[in-house]
Amino acid sequence: MPAIFTYIVHRGGVVDDSAAELLAAARQIDPAAPVTAIVSGAGSDLETACTTVCASYKEVWKISYDVLAYPNAELIRKALVKVLPPDSVFLIPHAHFGIDLAPGLSIKLNAAYVSDVVEIEGVESTFLKVVRQEFGGQVSAHMKCDISSGAVITIRPGAFKSTEAGAVAGAVIDKSAEVGPLTAGRRYLQTIMAESGDVDITKYPVLVSIGRGIQEKDNVPIAEELAEAMGAAVSCSRPVVDAKWLEKSRQVGSSGKTVKPKVYMACGISGSSQHLAGVKGNPFIIAINKNPKAPIFQVADVGIIDDILEFLPEMTSKVRELHGVAAK
Amino acid sequence: MVASTQAAAQLGSWLAPGYALFLCIHFLGVGSFAYIVMRRMVPLVRAQSDLRFDHPLERLGRVGKFWLGQWKHPRYKVAGTVHILFFAGFILLAMRAFTVLILGTSPDFVMPGMRGELGHVYEVVTDYAATVVFLCMIFAIVRRVVFKPARYEVPSKFGKAHKADAVFLLALIAILMLADSLFEAAKAAGQMQAGQIAHFSAAYSLPWLLKTVFVSASLSSIGQFCFAGYLLHEITFYFLLCYRPFGIQFHVETSLFNVYFSKLDREVLKPVRWDVSEENLDQLTSFGVKTFEDFTWKHMLDFYSCADCGRCSDNCPANAAGRPLSPRFLTIKARDYAFQHYPMFGPTGNGKALVGGIYSEDEIWSCTTCGACEEECPLLIEYIDKIVDLRRGLVDEGRVPQSLQKPLKALESRGNPYGKMEKKRSDWINAKDFQQTCRVKTLDKNGADTLYFVDSITSYDERMHSIGRATAKILDHIGENFGILGAAEKDSGHEVRRFGEELLFISLRDQNAEAIRASGVQKIVTADPHALNALKHDYKNVPPVEHISQVVARGVKAGKVKFNPIEGDKVYTYHDPCYLGRHNQIYDDPREVLDAIPGLRRVEMKRSRDRSFCCGGGGLMLFYEPKEEERIGVKRVRMAAEAGANVIVTACPFCMANIEDAIKVAGLEGKMTAIDIAELAEQQMVREIPPQTKSTFEMQAECVAGR
Amino acid sequence: MEILVCVKRVPDTSENEIQLNAAGSDIERDELVYSINEPDNYAVEEALQIVGRVGGKVTVVTVGNEDDEEVLRREMAMGANHGVLISDDTFAGSDGRGIAAILKRFVEQGSYDLILTGVQAEAGAAEVGGMLAAMLDYPFASLVSAIEVIDGKKLKISREIEGGNKEISEIDLPCVLSIQTGINDPRYVGMRGIRAVASVPIATYGVSDLGLDPNSVGAKAAKVQRIDYFVPTVGKGAEILEGSREENIDKVLELVAAKGGLK
Repeated sequence: MPAIFTYIVHRGGVVDDSAAELLAAARQIDPAAPVTAIVSGAGSDLETACTTVCASYKEVWKISYDVLAYPNAELIRKALVKVLPPDSVFLIPHAHFGIDLAPGLSIKLNAAYVSDVVEIEGVESTFLKVVRQEFGGQVSAHMKCDISSGAVITIRPGAFKSTEAGAVAGAVIDKSAEVGPLTAGRRYLQTIMAESGDVDITKYPVLVSIGRGIQEKDNVPIAEELAEAMGAAVSCSRPVVDAKWLEKSRQVGSSGKTVKPKVYMACGISGSSQHLAGVKGNPFIIAINKNPKAPIFQVADVGIIDDILEFLPEMTSKVRELHGVAAK
Repeated sequence: MVASTQAAAQLGSWLAPGYALFLCIHFLGVGSFAYIVMRRMVPLVRAQSDLRFDHPLERLGRVGKFWLGQWKHPRYKVAGTVHILFFAGFILLAMRAFTVLILGTSPDFVMPGMRGELGHVYEVVTDYAATVVFLCMIFAIVRRVVFKPARYEVPSKFGKAHKADAVFLLALIAILMLADSLFEAAKAAGQMQAGQIAHFSAAYSLPWLLKTVFVSASLSSIGQFCFAGYLLHEITFYFLLCYRPFGIQFHVETSLFNVYFSKLDREVLKPVRWDVSEENLDQLTSFGVKTFEDFTWKHMLDFYSCADCGRCSDNCPANAAGRPLSPRFLTIKARDYAFQHYPMFGPTGNGKALVGGIYSEDEIWSCTTCGACEEECPLLIEYIDKIVDLRRGLVDEGRVPQSLQKPLKALESRGNPYGKMEKKRSDWINAKDFQQTCRVKTLDKNGADTLYFVDSITSYDERMHSIGRATAKILDHIGENFGILGAAEKDSGHEVRRFGEELLFISLRDQNAEAIRASGVQKIVTADPHALNALKHDYKNVPPVEHISQVVARGVKAGKVKFNPIEGDKVYTYHDPCYLGRHNQIYDDPREVLDAIPGLRRVEMKRSRDRSFCCGGGGLMLFYEPKEEERIGVKRVRMAAEAGANVIVTACPFCMANIEDAIKVAGLEGKMTAIDIAELAEQQMVREIPPQTKSTFEMQAECVAGR
Repeated sequence: MEILVCVKRVPDTSENEIQLNAAGSDIERDELVYSINEPDNYAVEEALQIVGRVGGKVTVVTVGNEDDEEVLRREMAMGANHGVLISDDTFAGSDGRGIAAILKRFVEQGSYDLILTGVQAEAGAAEVGGMLAAMLDYPFASLVSAIEVIDGKKLKISREIEGGNKEISEIDLPCVLSIQTGINDPRYVGMRGIRAVASVPIATYGVSDLGLDPNSVGAKAAKVQRIDYFVPTVGKGAEILEGSREENIDKVLELVAAKGGLK
């Protein structure tokens, strides 16, 4: 059975939820295989992260380097190539870092690569069977992946729910010495934080989209709070922009932006075809509207007949509860 | 001007000292003017060709109507009246001015035929004419300076105000009148003092007033005034003559030509090049207008002819909404460009790009092609062709707004801007309830007399399916043997062409034309005025086409269509779609249909018929994201509310889309609704009860077999 | 600067309804409209803008067959100087790694300063760019949303990370970048432009032109293969939730998480 390694994403000492998700995914590959977490970074942030990870992983490999204080995929790839044993299975979330790191890593390890996996069915001889989606999520595909020389797999965030029950007392193994000098043709300079006006709704997998049902500008924060809690963005239909309650960059529709999210929450949106023309890729549409006859209910997957001005704030509280009201 | 030899001698003695000077001024003035005009012609010579020399009699007739008859001027009552007055004055004074100029060097000159009574009458008439012109100038100056009509204002982004220059020119004309009157008055006063026959003078005219002042002066003073008046007149006349080509007053010279060369058939869109046939388009290295020299000579003449009256922009819906487009400045900026780059001396032209230079891209894409500007312009300046040409240039360079690229690509691959599948184009006829009452056949498998051309929005937009079904039911009811093209129908391409993608339009047009001809229909009906306009004017060799409102109106007149009384007490107003009304002059048929519905209360909006205010635009315009202050449609909906209406009747699916949207944005939901004329007519139509009750099955079978 | 852009012809998801074919072995391709993969189009526009600023040439390349020439032509109509088709029967069934291996051999035959790919194609794998870079030992960056040429040796790039934040890095040339949509406003390609390049020759390379070992490409060499396509069952029309508000909220959150939408 292959050794399974997971890459831990952390920032400022806080470990990302994906750490638990990757562990759950690893269990789907082989419930009995040992799973090792790899945490790279520098300084006290790294130490704090390692400690947190030890609560759920039995074995944690630490790679500490000043130059890794900011996760540079080029450098980390070189480090991983040094420490990962041959034929390992390596899991990492399918997000901006994973996309940066994983494909090249699979080449350097001469391992198979499969990305954005949403379901894992298990191992059959030397083949791992997984499920991916294609065409913007419109169809799913069963894939088989030859893992005889290892595999690098990126996991869709949120697709695997943590199943671990109790805490574990894991041990940290420092692998820094095995890595050697790290240089790369790409050097991190800085991060520019987004201004609130810079939100590009086409990039968000979840949209909390509002229509005239929001009724007035003063109610828009109701949607913004929910979006923030969910890691989503607020988008809207045309009337909201015309009324100048939101800027044009938030508009979804045939003369607004075309979005291909995974989940589209249509709140107080009637569902005109001009608006829906901007929603592509067959996302999961949740419609919340006071009017049971709103056309949106014909295209939505799930509908709730309710007042968004009351539904959304309650939903926000619930989401915050689930996330443990962490500082954002 | 009735000169006895004594009068001529007196005049001659006064003017003789200036003979050489006058002669110099003549040569300088005429020579300069000729040179200036020649320089102004330079860009026209380099311009693209324009075929404007056909049908001379028809063109002369238009000169009579629009130039001499000042046909469009009364649309603005105050300015129109004033202009007609002083235009008439100028026409009358022309011969007098010419005579006066000659008098300086030939004091006994009289125009042929003017020696006798006719001459006297002419003198009196022109005395009054000069007075009227003078008063008009004073009035115009006061109006400009004190009352400041809004349409003359120059928004800061378009440069400095034009007021100073306008007032300067008005004042100069007033001075010209004054100088002329001074000269005439002094001449008449001199004759009176010398005991010569005082001719019948125009009482209370300007010359008359001045004459009464001069009569008591000494003869030598009168002589000096006469000389001064003459010199002032000559200088002012030639100054004006040479100054006019440097500003808006050039229209005095160019207006006659501009009207003569104006487009006879306004609805024929300019081809990419008048001198390049469609088959040879591939050989062109560049499409559209990118530099100034890409305009045709007639377009350049348009730029010269603009009088800066602002009537176009005053009626432009894009301008009213706060979009970057103002037709007036489209012309003025081009004119200024021409003046700047084709100066009187020195090198000419620099081939710089217009869009990105004097024009912005948004300015060019903002136009809805509604035609209000062209409808207003007293000088018949053409705008739509220029906008389309500029767009062709932008498309050629790939400078198309992102929001338009998707629908254009979809039109190319799927034949409709929504990107929906071709085979779903006629799904709307299969709606269950509809199918049971009306079977619509597709013409690939069946023949018919009439084609119902549905076009893309009515085919694919769920809201508009109702217009399609209403139209089908009406045609069915009146016994029309009709069918639709179904999946073989492509977008009419009307906006594709007007947004500058000429080759894509040609492709769509050819596919449609082939399908239409293959179907063997004798006539076409549509509920979409954009399709109507395309089929009527952009397509060649297709059967004649009508709008559904014309069909219904005819049915009403023939007694074949009757309506049930309307229910409720709503107030209806009819909104003239641009492409049904202004572009195709179909104003009355829809109104007749509405007025045939018993009990229907109808009001007219202030802006109706050829002054109708665009709903915001159709076709690709629905996908464009303009920068504007208020939506065009919202303005229109408010106009309806102002007229006291709570139902807007439209006759175009694009108007319907824009107006229904605008009703919500304007916050009038529940207080205002919109309905298409086909929907309303079908709703109120009296249906005959069949002689025996048949089962739905039997009726269906009959439908299919009988049609 | 010599820039190579790797492009792919894909079914246009915004103009098609993707459905399974009767056998369930593939999607129904009969009535599909194909066009260039959208991120690739942004990559070509970016390449054109870069050579517009610093001079150079843009080559577009695709691994496919005759049908794929149309996207090469479209990008040439946009302004690319050369179009290259890499086509061979032995390439059929290649996985991402196979495609990258093919492209690697092609790159080695030329001398490109910069190689661009779109961030992902219709399969959403986002792999070829990163793999190609690793095979060539070039530095790599994905999700690039801005490029600034510092000199002939380096670029300054911006990557899109979470929350709309931007990660700024410096990267040495030659390198491989995968380009995110929205990096620029691609110019429009009209029918006229396409007609103008309709007969421009497109160089074609086969397996022997590239000196590839046929065993390193194609279905046989693929480590990852698709077994089938399927559509998880989804109801028609909204399922109206009937519970109390609290119950509905819980259900909604459950569904959102299942669809990969909860952070």
